[in-house]
Amino acid sequence: MAMEVTQILLNAQAVDGALRKQAEENLKQFQEQNLPSFLYSLAGELANDEKPAESRKLAGLILKNALDAKEQHRKIELVQRWLSLDPTLKAQIKALLLRTLSSPSVDARSTVSQVIAKVAGIELPHKQWPELIGSLLSNVHQLPAPTRQATLETLGYICEEVSPDVVDQDHVNKILTAVVQGMNSTEENNDVRLAAVRALYNALGFAQANFSNDMERDYIMRIVCETTLSPDVKIRRAAFECLVAISSTYYEKLAPYIQDIFNITAKAVKEDEEQVALQAIEFWSSICDEEIDILEEYGGDFSADSDIPCFYFIKQALSFLVPMLLETLLKQDEDQDQDEGAWNIAMAGGTCLGLVARTVGDDIVPLVMPFIQENISKPDWRQREAATYAFGSILEGPSPEKLEPLVTMALNFMLTALMKDPSNHVKDTTAWTLGRMFEFLHGTALDTPIITPANCQQIVTVLIQSMKDVPNVAEKACGALYFLAQGYEDAGSASSPLTPYFQDIVQALLTVTHREDAVESRLRTAAYEALNEVVRCSNDETAPMVVQLAPLIMLELHNTLENQKVSSDERQNELQGLLCGCLQVIIQKLGSSEPTKYHFMQYADQIMALFLRVFASRSATAHEEAMLAIGALAYATGPDFAKYMTEFYKYLEMGLQNFEDYQVCAITVGVVGDVCRALEEKILPYCDGIMTQLLKDLSSNQLHRSVKPPIFSCFGDIALAIGENFEKYLLYAMPMLQSAAELSAHTSGADDDMTEYTNSLRNGILEAYSGIFQGFKGSPKTQLLMPYAPHVLQFLDSLYMEKDMDDVVTKTAIGVLGDLADTLGSSAGPLIQQSVSSKDFLKECLSSDDHLIKESAEWAKLAISRAISF
Amino acid sequence: MAPHDLRRPFKRPLISDQEKRRQQSLLRQAQNRRDAQNHARFLASTALSLEQPHELEPEPVSAPELHDELIPDSEAPESPKELDVVEASKLKGAEARKWFAKQLMHPEWMIDIPENLSQDWFVFARPSGKRCFVVSCNGTTISRLRNGSILHRFPSELPNGARRKDSSGPAQSYSILDCIFHEVDQTYYVIDMVCWRGYSLYDCAAEFRFFWLNSKLAETGACEPPSHYHKYRFSLVPVYCCDQSGLCAAYTGSVPYVKDGLLFYNKHAHYQTGITPLALVWKDENCSQYVMDTDSKGQVPNHQQVVLELQEGGKLCTSDDPPVVFGCLDGGFMHESELHSGCLVRFAIGEGGLVLVDGKLEKADLNYLGKANRARASADSFSKVMFQYSVRHSPLRIDDLLGSVNSAADESNKVCDIEMDG
Repeated sequence: MAMEVTQILLNAQAVDGALRKQAEENLKQFQEQNLPSFLYSLAGELANDEKPAESRKLAGLILKNALDAKEQHRKIELVQRWLSLDPTLKAQIKALLLRTLSSPSVDARSTVSQVIAKVAGIELPHKQWPELIGSLLSNVHQLPAPTRQATLETLGYICEEVSPDVVDQDHVNKILTAVVQGMNSTEENNDVRLAAVRALYNALGFAQANFSNDMERDYIMRIVCETTLSPDVKIRRAAFECLVAISSTYYEKLAPYIQDIFNITAKAVKEDEEQVALQAIEFWSSICDEEIDILEEYGGDFSADSDIPCFYFIKQALSFLVPMLLETLLKQDEDQDQDEGAWNIAMAGGTCLGLVARTVGDDIVPLVMPFIQENISKPDWRQREAATYAFGSILEGPSPEKLEPLVTMALNFMLTALMKDPSNHVKDTTAWTLGRMFEFLHGTALDTPIITPANCQQIVTVLIQSMKDVPNVAEKACGALYFLAQGYEDAGSASSPLTPYFQDIVQALLTVTHREDAVESRLRTAAYEALNEVVRCSNDETAPMVVQLAPLIMLELHNTLENQKVSSDERQNELQGLLCGCLQVIIQKLGSSEPTKYHFMQYADQIMALFLRVFASRSATAHEEAMLAIGALAYATGPDFAKYMTEFYKYLEMGLQNFEDYQVCAITVGVVGDVCRALEEKILPYCDGIMTQLLKDLSSNQLHRSVKPPIFSCFGDIALAIGENFEKYLLYAMPMLQSAAELSAHTSGADDDMTEYTNSLRNGILEAYSGIFQGFKGSPKTQLLMPYAPHVLQFLDSLYMEKDMDDVVTKTAIGVLGDLADTLGSSAGPLIQQSVSSKDFLKECLSSDDHLIKESAEWAKLAISRAISF
Repeated sequence: MAPHDLRRPFKRPLISDQEKRRQQSLLRQAQNRRDAQNHARFLASTALSLEQPHELEPEPVSAPELHDELIPDSEAPESPKELDVVEASKLKGAEARKWFAKQLMHPEWMIDIPENLSQDWFVFARPSGKRCFVVSCNGTTISRLRNGSILHRFPSELPNGARRKDSSGPAQSYSILDCIFHEVDQTYYVIDMVCWRGYSLYDCAAEFRFFWLNSKLAETGACEPPSHYHKYRFSLVPVYCCDQSGLCAAYTGSVPYVKDGLLFYNKHAHYQTGITPLALVWKDENCSQYVMDTDSKGQVPNHQQVVLELQEGGKLCTSDDPPVVFGCLDGGFMHESELHSGCLVRFAIGEGGLVLVDGKLEKADLNYLGKANRARASADSFSKVMFQYSVRHSPLRIDDLLGSVNSAADESNKVCDIEMDG
């Protein structure tokens, strides 16, 4: 077989389709019949310098794919499969892999370094392959440059693959030492240096202890800064990437180096190649991100318990940083607004300027205004565009008091520029800037409105006119209209200045959606988004026009469904998604008040029929949008929704089975909740099917984990709707809830993401309990829940002891305590009195500052007092 | 280890409109779920009784005379129709009157001292005035007398008690307080809390209800002096544990209102509509102007008078459930006096008095006076008759009450000693 492997691997890359297919079949058989031998052959092929480069490369790739997969469940399978293999065989394979690092073939070396990292990713967490790091490090010091390079790459991949806690500090120290030495200018080989810099990038997460040690940190930082001056552009770029990573990982350690870093980055932004300059700007954007987060979290009020203090690096560097960034704005590319994927130094600089404005607020304004005044009227479009972009960038951050006079002054200028400037680029940025003005300085909450009944007409006229411009400009005009409408969101029933133009605006937006070139620059999407916002922010006066809009959009949807019979393509599906989204917004708007709901209901049957036809298409996005819209329709329709259930049910079931597009599944779960609340006990005939599907979803390891918490909440919705009829599902649902509860009771050692997920899972479980208890209340069958009460109380107690619930979980948890007491009454009295939750937890919640927690706690106290008094 | 992409959103919002729609849907669903849960929590937590709609007895429309108002009595128990507070709060006019007339808890008169008075009971001085239910809901506050008729309709600082924009919580959530309106200082003295912000407290022990009342009422500003949005002041009544010092404080302590006897509430008892032996009223000349019943002219008659209901077979009964039989009328007399079953009849208690054996009525010397005033809705309760009787013959004195509180303490000490020996 070993002889044949080379040929099969080569055939698998053959041009001849039949040959290729045959080879793939052979590989599959080989793997299925004898996995150990298959893996060993592949490792042998990869290690054998006699073999052709192509077969070795594919051998490595297949090996890598045999160790890891994207899908979580498949990944777990592969890990288990590798762990269960014979240790002797694995040792042989690993020896072959390590040997390949010294291969003369560059492809073999670079492939094997990834394979080794995958094996390490499986074995290190299980305390296997302890000698790996040691043997890699011994490579770094002596062997020829190509092996040193491959070894450093391997170390980098390993750091990317495994979590820091599975590598002991001694190894971390040695890895860092080796890597930083590899970066040093004494290393003459540039490939080795580059590999070392990239390895450091991945190893930074391991360096917590080293960054806390002044001497070690100084050393690392010195080498990184030196490396940014390397003659090799790739190395310089990689070194700046390290600085960017350090800025977010070790923000609080940066103070001693910030001056040097500023000098280095300023030089790079001014002189270096764009790929390096972009990283240099990103460093400051990243610092802004950190400081914005810190300032948001603590509101600028630093007490002793603040985790990370704000060092105000941006504020200190402001007078140097802003001119540097303004300079970049003049380096625009000619056609950047037509190119979706464009990213250049002007864009990065402008984005960074916007972040700086958010970080420092008012202080930026005097530094930017001279630049704007200087350039805004210059004959060169670059100067006009840069000035406009600078103005647009600083509109978020500084106080309205500071900006309002400037914006009022600039508004007319901008409206004129949008109409008259000869440059599309300038018009694009001008329309965007108008949108920013409306987004941040227009709204009922602001003291001095920049938009008055006097200038409203002009603004609307200009925007509508601008929607006829080239697609990228028209798209920004739609965006500006979006924020113009949004500003009147909280106006309530008060008359809106937009009311007189409502019809014209809607008409103009619909016209845009019909433009031939509407698919360019996201124009059609932007038009529908603006239309949605106009509908959301409409008021009583304009409600009749929204009612009239409904059949228009329905007709559009009808037309796309008819066209689809002829030809189906991506764009058709995208349009269906947009139309369903728009109908969802209309349903939600009209459904929210009784008189408009009444008018809208005449369309309900037709609209539902259209949504059901959308499910015939293959597009996940269209399904998702149709499902969301149906949820809104169910809520608006109430019990009458029952008449759609016979037809709708199969799509509901389909949605619940859609593991692949888990967003569709998640949304369908939410819609089950809507339907439960709409139909109440009339949902009963469908519950067997729904519950079966939900239980299957929960036991599946293919379904994305984020769908599981909403499924638990959905149990609660169903139980609340059908009451004691939930009895027959208790036997299945309760054990699932119990085991999920046990798993989610403890989060110790988990990262933030995991803790957040665990809390959402807890919330789902608790909402299920809440719904089940409330559903059974007053039923003669409440005693069926008694056997589960001890576990529920234990769960609450352990959550309380764990002390890591967020506010939402706390509120739901204390509510469950009340629901349990409320439904089970005095028979659960003694159990409740034994629980910690009914004492300390309840007491804490009663004195909570959070209004919702307090309210739930008061309810719980009340229910408990009833249960334990006779 | 490919170089990472550092593109940031450019001239575009951070989240798409689709994402926004998705998030708004999730928010709406979470809100709807919360509403559904809250609805389930409030609703059906208490079912209260409503009389059958066909029993349309004539009822007094105006407030009864003050002296009558002060004396607890009862109405005949009627077959209840289940109706929860949420539905009841929507009732209007006569329906509402009938419903609320059934909802107050009425104490029995204290004719002997309950066991464990010092441990299981609260005591407080009853304010003199009109007993009423105060309901705040939908931006208005309505007080209803014990017969269900409206006393005041006014704005108040109670939850949803006035039309104001800044109120928290749903406007339709109601609160119900058991109060006595004290004319002199135009204040509602709150003696019990029945519902608060939509939560029913009917099934809660008195201990909890008083705790809740004390902690919640002040939060609202209802105890503040009257203002534009708050026409009458509400005030708490000092409630004591019924030990020696508590009883003394309630009896002799100075309060801003005129006292009308002492009320005793069992700590563990729920709020029970109608007459209950778990709440008791006691009076003497020191703490009440109205110890003895007066006639319609406000005079204390020479002989104690009782009103009894004539039932099938000529039985003369109290309003209790089950009724206590005081005697029997013969058919001839009934025919002669045009009495029939269901009539309320007034008697004076003669020299023979009431003879009790083991707490049970053995014999009553009744002298017929005539039919009772038409405004009377029901007969006297047994405890009322007995209390009035004992006031005239061998009243239960404050010293007796104090004595029982002391001896109770002694007793518990004794029990303790015995256990220590064992």
